[in-house]
Amino acid sequence: MSTAKGLDLTLKVWRQKNQNDKGRMETYQVSDISPDSSFLEMMDILNEQLIEEGKEPVAFDHDCREGICGSCSMFINGRAHGPGKRVTTCQLHMRQFEDGDTIHIEPWRATAFPVIKDLVVDRSSFDRVMAAGGFISVNTSGNTQDANAIPVEKEDADNSFAAATCIGCGACVASCKNASAMLFVSAKVSQFALLPQGQVEAQDRVLNMVHQMDLEGFGNCTNTGACEAECPKGISLENIARMNREYLSAGITSEK
Amino acid sequence: MSVLDSRIPEGPLADKWTNHKNNIRLVNPANKRLIDVIVVGTGLAGGSASATLAELGYNVKAFCYQDSPRRAHSIAAQGGINAAKNYQGDGDSVYRLFYDTVKGGDYRSREANVYRLAEVSTNIIDQCVAQGVPFARDYGGLLDNRSFGGVQVSRTFYAKGQTGQQLLLGCYSAMSRQIGKGKIQMYNRHEFMDLVIVDGKARGIIARNLVTGEVERHSAHAVVIASGGYGNVFFLSTNAMGSNASAAWKVHKRGAFFANPCFTQIHPTCIPQHGDQQSKLTLMSESLRNDGRIWVPKKKEDAEAVRAGKLKPTNIKEEDRDYYLERRYPSFGNLVPRDVASRAAKERCDAGYGVGTNETGEAVFLDFASAIERYGREEANVRGIHNASDSEIKKLGEETVEKKYGNLFQMYELITGDNPYKTPMKIYPAVHYTMGGVWVDYNLMTTIPGCYAIGEANFSDHGANRLGASALMQGLADGYFVLPYTIGDYLADDIRTGAIPTDTPEFDEAEKAVKDRINTLINNKGSKSVDHFHKRLGKVMWNKVGMARNEQGLKEAIEEIRQIREEFWKEVNVPGSADELNQELEKALRVADFLELGELFARDALERNESCGGHFREEYQTEEGEAVRDDENYTFVSAWEYKGEPSEAVMRREALNYENIELKTRSYK
Amino acid sequence: MASKSGIFNSSIGRKVAMALSALFLIIFLLQHFSINVTSTFSEELFNELSHFMGTNPLVQFALQPILIFGVVFHFIMGFVLEARNRKARAVKYVKTAGNANSTWMSRNMIWSGLVILAFLGLHFYDFWIPEMNYKYIQFNPADPNRYYEELLHKFEDPIRVFLYVISFVLLSLHLLHGFQSAFQSLGARHKKYTPVIKKLGNIYAIIIPAGFVFIALFHYINSL
Repeated sequence: MSTAKGLDLTLKVWRQKNQNDKGRMETYQVSDISPDSSFLEMMDILNEQLIEEGKEPVAFDHDCREGICGSCSMFINGRAHGPGKRVTTCQLHMRQFEDGDTIHIEPWRATAFPVIKDLVVDRSSFDRVMAAGGFISVNTSGNTQDANAIPVEKEDADNSFAAATCIGCGACVASCKNASAMLFVSAKVSQFALLPQGQVEAQDRVLNMVHQMDLEGFGNCTNTGACEAECPKGISLENIARMNREYLSAGITSEK
Repeated sequence: MSVLDSRIPEGPLADKWTNHKNNIRLVNPANKRLIDVIVVGTGLAGGSASATLAELGYNVKAFCYQDSPRRAHSIAAQGGINAAKNYQGDGDSVYRLFYDTVKGGDYRSREANVYRLAEVSTNIIDQCVAQGVPFARDYGGLLDNRSFGGVQVSRTFYAKGQTGQQLLLGCYSAMSRQIGKGKIQMYNRHEFMDLVIVDGKARGIIARNLVTGEVERHSAHAVVIASGGYGNVFFLSTNAMGSNASAAWKVHKRGAFFANPCFTQIHPTCIPQHGDQQSKLTLMSESLRNDGRIWVPKKKEDAEAVRAGKLKPTNIKEEDRDYYLERRYPSFGNLVPRDVASRAAKERCDAGYGVGTNETGEAVFLDFASAIERYGREEANVRGIHNASDSEIKKLGEETVEKKYGNLFQMYELITGDNPYKTPMKIYPAVHYTMGGVWVDYNLMTTIPGCYAIGEANFSDHGANRLGASALMQGLADGYFVLPYTIGDYLADDIRTGAIPTDTPEFDEAEKAVKDRINTLINNKGSKSVDHFHKRLGKVMWNKVGMARNEQGLKEAIEEIRQIREEFWKEVNVPGSADELNQELEKALRVADFLELGELFARDALERNESCGGHFREEYQTEEGEAVRDDENYTFVSAWEYKGEPSEAVMRREALNYENIELKTRSYK
Repeated sequence: MASKSGIFNSSIGRKVAMALSALFLIIFLLQHFSINVTSTFSEELFNELSHFMGTNPLVQFALQPILIFGVVFHFIMGFVLEARNRKARAVKYVKTAGNANSTWMSRNMIWSGLVILAFLGLHFYDFWIPEMNYKYIQFNPADPNRYYEELLHKFEDPIRVFLYVISFVLLSLHLLHGFQSAFQSLGARHKKYTPVIKKLGNIYAIIIPAGFVFIALFHYINSL
């Protein structure tokens, strides 16, 4: 942890009062930001400054600040969660920036993620996709079979886990030039498709989730791979291919 | 004692829960459709309860302040979840998990509750696997386990360093299924504002829509508080920024007793604070202590040189290192319980051996060099490389460590800029979990009929200290397997009640009080931000009500917190208006409650003249600095009754009776 | 509920259709190239193959309509997808840094596609329309030896050659992304085979357009 000199920065931040407001970029200056600070701590300092000046602070989503809850969602210098790989906005640290830098900060942009205020967007479309089939239908009983009664090949278990690490932040949608949600949806489809427990409902799951995804107005996947590159959890494009397969075979063979 | 009826069932310990379930009243499926239940919070406890209650047929209204139920802070739990499955055949059993939990909690928890927790722990794993939670597995395809602090068996199930996330997503999936069916009405971005009591029973809540600012009335036949702990009273903690005590505190003010507020867990392995701009602390999973060795330099001058950045830890010779946990506690070593490990780190840093390069100098090393070497040798043997060079061994070892802890190491590097494969991590204790909470009986009902508290929000299972990987267990146990049974006992009376109207004087009164409070804050137009007060409160809490407490400090703290609270109401500045998304207003409402809770917290610590678990009073320690418990006078739960001001709260005692476990001095030596 | 509207009305279904038409066109392109390249070493063989393709009823009345359908479908679907994708982000970013996470080719398929469409216009004007006119409007007698001459004639014009070259560069860029993307859309992804497919795609995407460029330049230089 260094004690290097603080950074002076110019921030261009998207300000939008509410859903009906058109919104605009506004410019702010912050100074003496510790390179050990996180990006959101820098935003806290900006907000303290704005409050002191009698202005309204910038609204942004954040909660755990340790890269796992998926709340934070800033499009920084043209990239979801800013520079660097496998990082969320909250874990982005100011040592990634240089003194004197100008930083552009925008909300996620997608028709399916309308802006609520400033940098806060509404991602409930993800919840609706989940409600359409992102589950295994098992009631809580306490007498489901013993957990070790279903062995799962380690590789499948590991791949299922890798898909399940999606934090639902929406960086995939934000970075995709088509605002497609394929990486998010495919991660959930894959998690269950790779486990024996998920097989029973596999066909309905993929058909219903994709249907809901389309209804929400996400774009089509054109395989640019931007989602995978910007995903803070490194969710693989393999999941999209798997979902395509699952969808095709379900679409062809399902009798519904 | 009559006010605190814990309603622990009769009979032998091992049969209590089964007997209770057999004798409890049920609500038939047709009638469940006529009953509404409000659940506040969608973490492991709230999420699992919402899903299960909805599956049973109740109409559930679930509330969370986040934009989705998937984001609750249970998601950040890294290490794992305990369950007495004994899959490793290492002598584990329900009794042993029960025993370890009671002992780990320093004999300040209820036997019956803890036994039930241990009993249903195995169901949790079965349930989660059935839901598709991808736990770690071995090459045979069966579930893998690791060991955690304070125990001598491997009973912790895990999903890399993201166990909490996977379990929460399991709950979220189960909830999503019910949301899709319309059995759960989900209120995202809604914050609990107050509890509404009608005829002495909890009958609804006032909530604020965080997007529009609208203050809404919601009625139900029962209200479940699953809003988590109050660690953010310290400002800096490993809790999420939004984690707050308001729901728990508001039900307390409406008549629910608040138990053991001073029992707070300070987690030993967190990333040290970098400076004043810090907004929160990040935990490094306790599982790291399985392989990491904790040390500080033996010589003060070395510690000084490290702090000044003149000496690299890797250049300190083995004989000049003090592996103080291994030295003090040879039988548990680096795996002593959290409270013990935290205090030991503080002791070393206070004595001048800290290695932090931040302003406080507070940090100790968590070193993986020997684990890397050990795994490297193992792996070399497995691969049949017999004369592997040091660098080969190191490389192989690093690969193994990466497989086990890769995401944690990566997180550490992101935050600190240091590579923990090459140089030891620096860690320091931080506030992590609150064992105290809303007092509940065996049915998890608070002292307000119809108002329940589950998960971290209640106080029931962890006593004075929680063992690692037990929070997830408790949250899910309460939500999946306890509350859904016990709530029926109460709701059986409500099958003919019909929908609860919201146009009653009780709702009017509660709504008005909420609106007044909001307007007061908005119109205050003071000179200082909410964070200003929160940080000041946090400093007082950390310095005087933190890892070590004493009478004088606590008395000062009580006075200082009161002053900060008074100043807050005079000087706080909340910009913007009440009828829009206003994050400063949200914070202000939460901090206002912390400012009251903090005082009660300090009072509770002052009243408890002993050291136990997470509560360490400097007056009560051995010459070696070990905690001294006073079982004769303090084997009770302190449950506080609200009387208008924290200073006027009255403490009630629930005596703890140990019928199955002999009270012993905890020793991990 | 999803299948009510049919899988080809879904986002994935459309992509699959896009991929299938792409693979068809990739095969066609290979066949087209194989015939054309003969013009650089054997006038007779070229004439013979061209005559066969131009007069065989199966090619003319079965394969040609399928090909035209495939081409038109690929383009129209491309436009439909592009329009939908634009709608999926109604408000644009002020600043983007696409190069940080994806290739230029992958992000600009619509532009490389449009250039190829323009090229096809020219190509039809050059060959297909005269051909249709010759055969089906004028009802000229079959002449099995005219093709080579017609070809040479077209490549005398440097501007046309230049346009051809530019178009094939864009085709190459289109294929560099499109080839492997088609497999991904179909769900054909495998740890062992996908790297091979990607390599194969890159080779195809460079060799085939380069070959067409070579043919054009070869005849142009010979005409000087």
